Amino acid sequence: MGGFLTPLMTWRGRIAAIVLVLLGLLPWYAPWLDAAGIISQKFALTLMTRVLILAIAAVSLNLILGYGGIVSFGHAVYIGLGGYAVGILAHHGITNGFLQFPVAIGLSALFALAIGALSLRTRGVYFIMITLAFAQLLYYVGVGLEAYGGDDGLTINRRSDFAGLLPTRGPDKTVAFYIVSFVVLLLVLGLVHRLVNSRFGMALRGARSNEPRMQALGIATFHYRLTAFVIAGALCGLAGALLANHTEFISPAMMHWTRSGDLIVMVVLGGMGSLLGPVYGAIAFLLLEEFLPGLLRIALTWLHDALVALLGSGAVGTLDAWLRLAEYWQIALGAILILVVLYARGGIDSLLGKARHG
Amino acid sequence: MADAMLKVDGLVKRFGGLIATDSLSLDVREGEVHALIGPNGAGKTTLLAQLSGFLRPDAGRIEFAGRDITLLPAAARVRLGLARSFQITSVLRDFTALDNVALAEQARQGHSFRFWRPARADRSLRGPAGVALEAVGLAHRANDAAASLSHGEQRQLEVAMALACDPRLLLLDEPMAGMGPEESARMVDLLRGLRGQRTMLLIEHDMDAVFALADRITVLVYGRAIATGTPAEIRANPEVRTAYLGEAEGG
Repeated sequence: MGGFLTPLMTWRGRIAAIVLVLLGLLPWYAPWLDAAGIISQKFALTLMTRVLILAIAAVSLNLILGYGGIVSFGHAVYIGLGGYAVGILAHHGITNGFLQFPVAIGLSALFALAIGALSLRTRGVYFIMITLAFAQLLYYVGVGLEAYGGDDGLTINRRSDFAGLLPTRGPDKTVAFYIVSFVVLLLVLGLVHRLVNSRFGMALRGARSNEPRMQALGIATFHYRLTAFVIAGALCGLAGALLANHTEFISPAMMHWTRSGDLIVMVVLGGMGSLLGPVYGAIAFLLLEEFLPGLLRIALTWLHDALVALLGSGAVGTLDAWLRLAEYWQIALGAILILVVLYARGGIDSLLGKARHG
Repeated sequence: MADAMLKVDGLVKRFGGLIATDSLSLDVREGEVHALIGPNGAGKTTLLAQLSGFLRPDAGRIEFAGRDITLLPAAARVRLGLARSFQITSVLRDFTALDNVALAEQARQGHSFRFWRPARADRSLRGPAGVALEAVGLAHRANDAAASLSHGEQRQLEVAMALACDPRLLLLDEPMAGMGPEESARMVDLLRGLRGQRTMLLIEHDMDAVFALADRITVLVYGRAIATGTPAEIRANPEVRTAYLGEAEGG
């Protein structure tokens, strides 16, 4: 009954708090990092805004994947739907965010309802294939939308306007948008936390654990799974609306099936069925994606120079040829993922210490 | 004589060429303990799966409390008051024992479309769940993961969950399966304590338990009910003796 501060009793809770505080305060210490020559402020904020937004999407996927055991292979579709809702409305001069965001969320929820109502009647591989099929269907709809750029996508000239409360242009807009994304992530985390611990959440998690048993208790699991599917879709649509504002650009690539795969990787990497796991996963995945090629290049340069010193330059080949290997950085990412799946089943979150029960 | 709470009429279930349930008719009266016995492969569990809504019969009719439930899904039958336990232990392994029963209580209270209040801090769930655990003698394991319970304890938990549904009719599929003699005796005591409070349809191999508990017994052979009667009648029935009991008791 200790209440608000009990999570801080464990290392797992402390690390979670530190990560969230570091994320939240970035706009205030980014100038300092910039001055120290570590990383440019604008680059740091832009990259981390993307991390926050995809963390929201991953948290939404975790609601169904981690807590519901529902392996949706088309979750990026809702990023696309949310993004296109903002982009298309903006294209027609409607930039009012109070209109755009509800449309983005509502549209995603509606599609999730339709897709879920059909696909949740199937199980296992069939479910994965059906969600993938729906995702591809909508991807090609996006490609076919010639009026909105088709395959090439559409530039958004004006960000969502929240009655002037947020700067939509100028140097402040990056910081303001970062803070908004962070607050939205916190709100989504709070919402998911309440959801998964409520009666609804217990029904959902029970259905993952033993569905026939739940039915034998009188719980019609389909309805709870579908509701979770719709909530997850809506929250991911919100992430899509944010992403469109962040990149000021939409294209079908947002909802390509590889993007859905990325979201699954973030959830698995960070820890399925843990509240903050997907946040860790999004941070780790996107930072690796950003910095792994550079790190590999540094490592390869060291290795090359060491071998040259040892064997002479003739035997080793040119540095350029070595550095070309860094283009295959995704192999290293894949290896990391395999290691996590094999040796850290609960993802990054499980490495931080034991979960309190639940 | 009390009315039939459950009426089964001409039930048929085929698996390919095999007839698992063969024009079976049966009734369970309000307040009785009705045992279903028969050799392995007689179709007892298949019958129970149809009664509880996990299998759809090919023909026939199932009536519960005056209502045709033949096509009703499993979850809806539970809400009418027809709960089951499983032959192969089926609990939520990664939940605690208390969580398991609390979920049953939650289901009994109605829909679970409540999104905000933490269920694990809800006294209206934890309280009755604790009482149900106490009733089956599992109170001391309340906060242990179901997976960590012994086989016998999981069977007890299974029954606690079925009881927490507050069913009018309890379908028990071999509650003593795989239990040692001591655990078995405890389960018989538990079920005996429920006599008069609950109507029960009990599948069981343990003949001592069956004859100790049952008001009436139905004998199933090859999917057909060959006899129904009091334990004394069943014991005296020559057809039953040759088909089934003779082997069991002669040995």
